[in-house]
Amino acid sequence: MEGYRRFIPLLIVFAIFAVFFKMMGGDRNPKEIKSVLIDKPAPAFSLPALAEGGAAITEADLKTGKPILVNFFASWCVPCRAEHDNLMKLADELNIPIIGIAYKDDPKRSLAFLDELGTPFTKTAQDRDGRVGIDWGVTGVPETFLIDGDGIIRYRHWGPIVGDSMEKRLLPQLRDLE
Amino acid sequence: MIPELGHFALIVALVLSVLGAIVPQVGIARGDTRMMALAGQIAYGQFLMAATAFGALTYAYVVSDFSVVNVAANSHTAKPLLYKISGVWGNHEGSLMLWVLVLSLFAACVAFRGKSLPLRFRSRVLAVQSTLLVGFLLFMVFTSNPFMRLDPAPLEGNGLNPLLQDPGLAFHPPMLYIGYVGLSVAFSFAVAALIEGEVTPLWARWVRPWTLAAWVFLTGGIALGSWWAYYELGWGGWWFWDPVENASFMPWLAATALLHSSIVVEKRDALKSWTILLAIVAFSFSLLGTFLVRSGVLTSVHAFAVDPERGIFILAFLALTIGGSLALYAWRAPRLAPSGMFGLASRESALILNNILLATFAAVVLVGTLYPLMLEAMNGTQITVGPPFFEYAATVLMSPLIVALGFGPLLAWKRGRISKTVQVLLPAVIIALVIFWSVIWHDAAGLLMTGFGMALGIWLIISVFLEINSRIKFIRQPGQFFKRAKRQPRATWGMSLAHMGLGIIILGITVSEAWTDETLRLMKTGESTEVGGFTFTLEAVEPVAGPNYTAVRAKFLVEKNGHFIARLLPEDRVYSDPPMNTTEAGIYPLVRGDLYAVIGEHAGGDAWSVRLYFKPLISGLWLGSAFMVLGGLISLTDRRQRIGAPAGKRRSTPKPAKQEA
Repeated sequence: MEGYRRFIPLLIVFAIFAVFFKMMGGDRNPKEIKSVLIDKPAPAFSLPALAEGGAAITEADLKTGKPILVNFFASWCVPCRAEHDNLMKLADELNIPIIGIAYKDDPKRSLAFLDELGTPFTKTAQDRDGRVGIDWGVTGVPETFLIDGDGIIRYRHWGPIVGDSMEKRLLPQLRDLE
Repeated sequence: MIPELGHFALIVALVLSVLGAIVPQVGIARGDTRMMALAGQIAYGQFLMAATAFGALTYAYVVSDFSVVNVAANSHTAKPLLYKISGVWGNHEGSLMLWVLVLSLFAACVAFRGKSLPLRFRSRVLAVQSTLLVGFLLFMVFTSNPFMRLDPAPLEGNGLNPLLQDPGLAFHPPMLYIGYVGLSVAFSFAVAALIEGEVTPLWARWVRPWTLAAWVFLTGGIALGSWWAYYELGWGGWWFWDPVENASFMPWLAATALLHSSIVVEKRDALKSWTILLAIVAFSFSLLGTFLVRSGVLTSVHAFAVDPERGIFILAFLALTIGGSLALYAWRAPRLAPSGMFGLASRESALILNNILLATFAAVVLVGTLYPLMLEAMNGTQITVGPPFFEYAATVLMSPLIVALGFGPLLAWKRGRISKTVQVLLPAVIIALVIFWSVIWHDAAGLLMTGFGMALGIWLIISVFLEINSRIKFIRQPGQFFKRAKRQPRATWGMSLAHMGLGIIILGITVSEAWTDETLRLMKTGESTEVGGFTFTLEAVEPVAGPNYTAVRAKFLVEKNGHFIARLLPEDRVYSDPPMNTTEAGIYPLVRGDLYAVIGEHAGGDAWSVRLYFKPLISGLWLGSAFMVLGGLISLTDRRQRIGAPAGKRRSTPKPAKQEA
């Protein structure tokens, strides 16, 4: 190993470490997979309402001319409980309409969950077998989608809206739309 | 009180490691033999302190002392004792504790076993080893203290991930860690040699048993992990090319290459600079693995909880250790000129080919593991690199390796004769070709790769037998068998056994991939179904209760032509703390292959979703791995490895000789 060749291992290692350093900063979550649905119309669906006898909820309910959030939740999901206060804040203080979709959950339990913590949702649907979740590319609950007035998905929030992620990630996206 | 004692021992260990890193180096610079000799005492002290700290943590786990944060977060009173103990290293802080324990243990072993090394060189090695220890202890004491207290203490702990509550997995991490950390010895020897600016055949002889020991543990650890995945994850797979699996595979590839290249250094005084590089790279791969599971840059089933501060600390430590040693290498490597010459068809050339292919494979695995990360860093695109990429690379790179592996051990040093070797191996060539053609005969398009893989495995196994025969002449003079066999060095037997293990593994992989029969269906109790020529009858599904879980257990009766073969008892467990589902596959190994059953969800009434497999020759994987481990162990008991260095007194390097006390 004469000449410059002896420096090759060192250079490779530096390059790799530079990448590591870059990827460790900020609030990047390696488990988060970017949604391919961004800037595409929300997938069509028709789900029964969570409350008995309520009207079915479809993609038409999303096209209100105003930005709207769609939140996938479940009573068995602990992080959903953690983000609930923030959802209430979004609904009550900022008057953002939110459609809740109870994901793979027993309707009785979902209702009890909302009774206990209060409901931030303007409408609540149930996706018992998770089929709609698959169409939307949901990888777990909670997940929240921001939809503009024309029914186009603009942003997906992966995981619970807790800590500063509401201030730093969700609200700026919402303001952009308004 | 005991946790405080552990914490204190940890701090003392840190102080000792700082001393151990500095004092011997100063001693060498001043030519002070007493300061040099201190390195050994300090190494014992470090180990004593690390063992005390480890013992204190284990004690806290055994008595379920939930006033210790680490115990409260990872243990539970209802856990069986084995999993209370294995819980010690089943988390970030505790696994670091194990790292430190093993690192200091190896330093103490070098101090103990290395009496025959020249004092100056031994002190250098121990100083490097202590420097590594400083890094890990700083990390523990300042960011990951396992003895942190919790007030008020909770009444019950969080419990250990139920997937990890398994006998196979209780021993998988410690074995892997001993392997990873064992490579630190080769690293320290390499760095010490670079500082000294000299690599001799003797150096290769000293470092070889350490590398071999680390390799044995790595092999065993990887095999154990893969076996665990096979029966616990319940989908019949045993290797998933997950980033962290790759992180254990890369050091293994590098260590395997190092084992082979150090032979060339020892016998022929060549490949020196390459061997040093391999020693550094092998341990760097180990460090990379610990970084990947703790920094949160990659997602993996093996990842620990992510903490950015810790990530930055490890990255800085890695940059210093790996970057520093490679910079030293770039500076010193030109001094390591080779002296041996050899022809193209020689043992040396075969070993170089082995090294090129293994190193390329390790590089390909590295690229495949980090490529998604690099792409995302550059333009934000998210991709994953899947098994097809790695499998393709493995096939392309390992096939020539296996072909050459048949020839290698038969080639003479310096200048071998291919024609003579081919003559000896002719039977193996013929049998491999016959196997290939008879498989292709069945299905030319579909089984091409299967035929090829089987031919490779058979070729390797038979060529190992022919090679043994060429040494002990069993066919020509069977009466002399024992006499000649006893005269063969154990290292040679070890080599043959390990090579044969590889052949068995290849055979196992190829046959099980090609002819696995799989059924996924709903079954009612009393129903039967055919899988791989066996009749599986679901006799009953009943609830059972374990110490910290409840489960449903299915009873499968397996028959062939009406004769009883086995009863399989797969379980679907629900653990309470933390709440989680795990599957326990029901497996019955036959010589021909494994019967494998998994019970899934209840589909209403007396119907259950079940998954049934017949996996032919899959046991070859574990049998072959056992051969490799056994081969390594036998080779370790070779007299040359045990005594290692006395020749050093005669052929020792000029400088250290003067300072021998």
